Parts: sequence; C-alpha cells; structure tokens
Amino acid sequence: MRVAGRDVLATLARWTGNLALAEDAVQDASVRALLTWPRDGIPDTPVAWLRTTARRCAVDQIRREAARGPKELLATGPAVDVVLAEADPGPEVVEDDLLRLVFTCCHPSLGPGTRVALALRTLCGLGTEEVARALLVSEPAMAKRLTRARQKIRLAGIPYRVPSEDDLPERWDTVLATTYLMFNEGYAATAGPELTRPALVAEALRLARLLRRLRPGDPGATGLLALILLQDSRRAARTDADGAAVLLADQDRSRWDRAAIAEAVPLVGEGLRLSPAHPDPYVVQAAIAACHALAPSWADTDWTAIESWYEVLLRVDDGPVVRLNHAVAVAEARGPQAGLALVDAIEGLGDYPLWHASRAALLRRLDRPEEAAAADDEARRLPLNAVQRDLLDR
Amino acid sequence: MTQYAAMIYSRDVDWTLPEYAAETAEYGAFAEAAGAVIRGGAALYPTSTATTVRVEAKGGTPLTTDGPYAETKEALTGFYLLECADLDEAVKVAATIPGAWDGAVEVRPVIEFPM
Repeated sequence: MRVAGRDVLATLARWTGNLALAEDAVQDASVRALLTWPRDGIPDTPVAWLRTTARRCAVDQIRREAARGPKELLATGPAVDVVLAEADPGPEVVEDDLLRLVFTCCHPSLGPGTRVALALRTLCGLGTEEVARALLVSEPAMAKRLTRARQKIRLAGIPYRVPSEDDLPERWDTVLATTYLMFNEGYAATAGPELTRPALVAEALRLARLLRRLRPGDPGATGLLALILLQDSRRAARTDADGAAVLLADQDRSRWDRAAIAEAVPLVGEGLRLSPAHPDPYVVQAAIAACHALAPSWADTDWTAIESWYEVLLRVDDGPVVRLNHAVAVAEARGPQAGLALVDAIEGLGDYPLWHASRAALLRRLDRPEEAAAADDEARRLPLNAVQRDLLDR
Repeated sequence: MTQYAAMIYSRDVDWTLPEYAAETAEYGAFAEAAGAVIRGGAALYPTSTATTVRVEAKGGTPLTTDGPYAETKEALTGFYLLECADLDEAVKVAATIPGAWDGAVEVRPVIEFPM
C-alpha cells in the first residue's frame, strides 16, 4: 500500500504540478481504500484503482478551490481538464515519475534536513507523525516544516524534472547525500537515548534500493546501497544486552547479518567496474566496509588493504574525517606511533569527539596515560548521544 | 513562467565612480547576455544615501532616519526582474550576475496578484 501510494503520488505530482495537492489526493484515496476494500474486496488492479481515485480527489479539490474565487484558483495551479486528459502511465513512466520526484525532494535549494524529511514523507511514504518520530521532532513542528517545503517547491518553481545532462552529476550527488544523511541519522543518531533508530535505517535502505533501481548503471547508487547494507549488517552486534555501544574491535561477529554482507560484496565489485578510473567515493567506502565484513576478527583484518583503500578515498574525497579513519587504519597496519603522527597532523577536528577519543586510545597504547586522560576529557566535553557517552565513560 | 526577483547583495559602494567602470561593464555584458529573460531591474546608490521612513500608525507623522546603517559588509545594491521557466533556470541566470561572485544573489519568486 505504501509503495502503491508512493508511485501514485509521483505521477499525480507530475499531472498537477503541485506536490501538496497530490499528497492530499493520495491521502484521500488511501482513506477510501481502507473504507471500501474490506467491504467490497480488493480491486483487481489496486494501483490503478488508487490512481483513478486519487485523480478524482485532486480534480474535486481543484474544483472546490476554484469555486472559492480567483485567488484560490491561482494558488492551485493546474486546470481540471489538464489533469483529466493525462493518460494512465505504464510502468516505465511511473519509474520516470519517481525519478522526477526524487530530484524534486532532494533539490539543492532545500536545506539538507528538509530534504530528508521530505524524502521520508513522499519517497518512503511515511505519515507526518512517523516522520516527526523518526527525526525526533514534534509533530506540529514537522507538519510546519513539510508545509513550508511544499510551499517553496510550488511558489519558487522547483521543477518536477530529471535535470539536464550537464546538471545531472551534481544533482544526483545531492540525492545520494540525502539518502546517506538519512541512514547516518538512523545509524549514529546524534541525539536521543538510543545509539540507532532502526526505522530510519530501514527507510534509508529502501530508498537506496529504489535509487539503484531507477539508475541501475550508476556507480554511486550501487556503492551507496552496498555501503548501507554493510554498515547496517553490524547492527545487532553494535550494542550489548544493556543497549551500550560495542566497538568494532569487540563486536561478536557471529551476530553480523551474513545475508546483507553476501548481497553487498558483489555490489562493491560491480561499483568498482562501473567507475574504474575515478572510483566513486561510496564504492570505496563500501570496499573498506567489506574488508571489515569479511575479516574473521579485528586482529585478522587485512589492515594493509584497508590502508590502501583509504588512500584511494583520500584521492577522490579528501576531508578531515577520512584522514582520521586513514590514520586509525595506519595505526593498525604499522603501529600506534605512525597512526598518532597522522592523527596529530589533521587540522579542523577540534570539535569532533572521535578525534580526541582516537588520540586518547593511541596515546594509551604508547604508554602516555596523562596525555591520554586529557584527550579523553576533551572528547567528553563535546556533544554525543547517550550511548556514545557511556562508551567513553567506560 | 514565473517571475523572480534576483536581489544583489554586494559591496556597499557608489557604482557610478570611475574606479568601478570594469564592474559596471560586466553588468552591461550580463544584461546583454540575459536580455531574453530580464524584465526589469535597477542599480542602487549606496546605503549612505538611503533614508528609512517609519510611521507609528497609519496617517501618523513620518519618522525618518539616516540610512539603514547595516552592520554587514554587503548591502542590497540592485536587483533584476527575471522571467524563467522554473527555479533551475532562474538560479542558472542568477549565477551569471557579477554580484554572485562579488557578494551574493538572492532569488525569490514574485507574487502575481490577480487583476
């Protein structure tokens, strides 16, 4: 039902050119389905039924607003006869409509947080109260945020269109980044009592699958799906029975999701074949995650391979956090002294708790306990979710 | 088609001075290149020439103050009215306004009240 609603919404958004109107119409149609299907039985083609009903709801809505005066007519936009004249789309057109909707919801003129909220609402088909709960915002605040976003899409003229060839790479990057932000918000919750928010992770995974289906030969979509599968494969082992975080080194690897790993590893290979000269950053990150996923233990991890992958990643996506992870891999491959030198050389991570925590761990291994304790204090000073704080305290 | 105001926030200077001739020529080149979508616009003298008017209540005595005295380095120095198919096109045009690299350009849809 959620998938059907999403597909119908994508088409209706194109027909009406008005996301808010399309959402209301799909909502009305879904309510009617809930009322009539149990009584009359599920129709032979539920999606077509839903689309026809939603189209009627949209047309009713446009007529109602038109009757209220010229100002409302202007606010709605589409003409009834235009919406009525649109032909029912075949499956390929629905895919195109979904891709258009993806680009609209992830438009760079919307803020990153708004993109995630809008993607959850429209592309994942969550209700407003579910989006609010997933993002730890009150329902009225979320409703207001979504309304403002829909209004901007309509009034500022954010198009329902797959961008031109020139703009496509950059715009697709924004789409992938929005999906990864959604995943990360669920995987390493920055606020709240829990380390992870599984509902958000599940939605991000679903969205990543959709993106790969919509652009099958795209290395970024392939790499992102692999990366999300691999990181999430560790979910069950990331917290202990009391909900406290467990570091990668100490995780019970028998609790890792082998099916997810088995699905992801071939995707890494495929992603590399799709971007051989200039590997996509998501593919490289997935390759690193795959090295961990395939290692029998922390000690038996191929750290030299991981170090090399981080060097590739630094070439395609240099940044302080990548440098920190590279330094940690170097510490494992070549010893804590080499790692610490690299950690200390990174600038701009003074507000990043894991930079201080990594320094502390390496200093401790080098038998420099006072400096290690000072670095731990620095890490604790910075904002963390409750579970991460617990981990630092142990 | 939607009309957009492209409001230019840049250095708060007198653009008529000869030392800004190169910048002014750049704006001229922009106006020519984007002529097909430009529906209007104006360049403004610096905020030091501005007068802010307030009236306590409708019909009351106007209270004027000298300039807005913005604390920021950038001020509204001009605007264009653009007519574009959508925001993507408007942003593309706005990115070629010299103010975009000499400050920032704010792109906002214009309200079209029904006649």
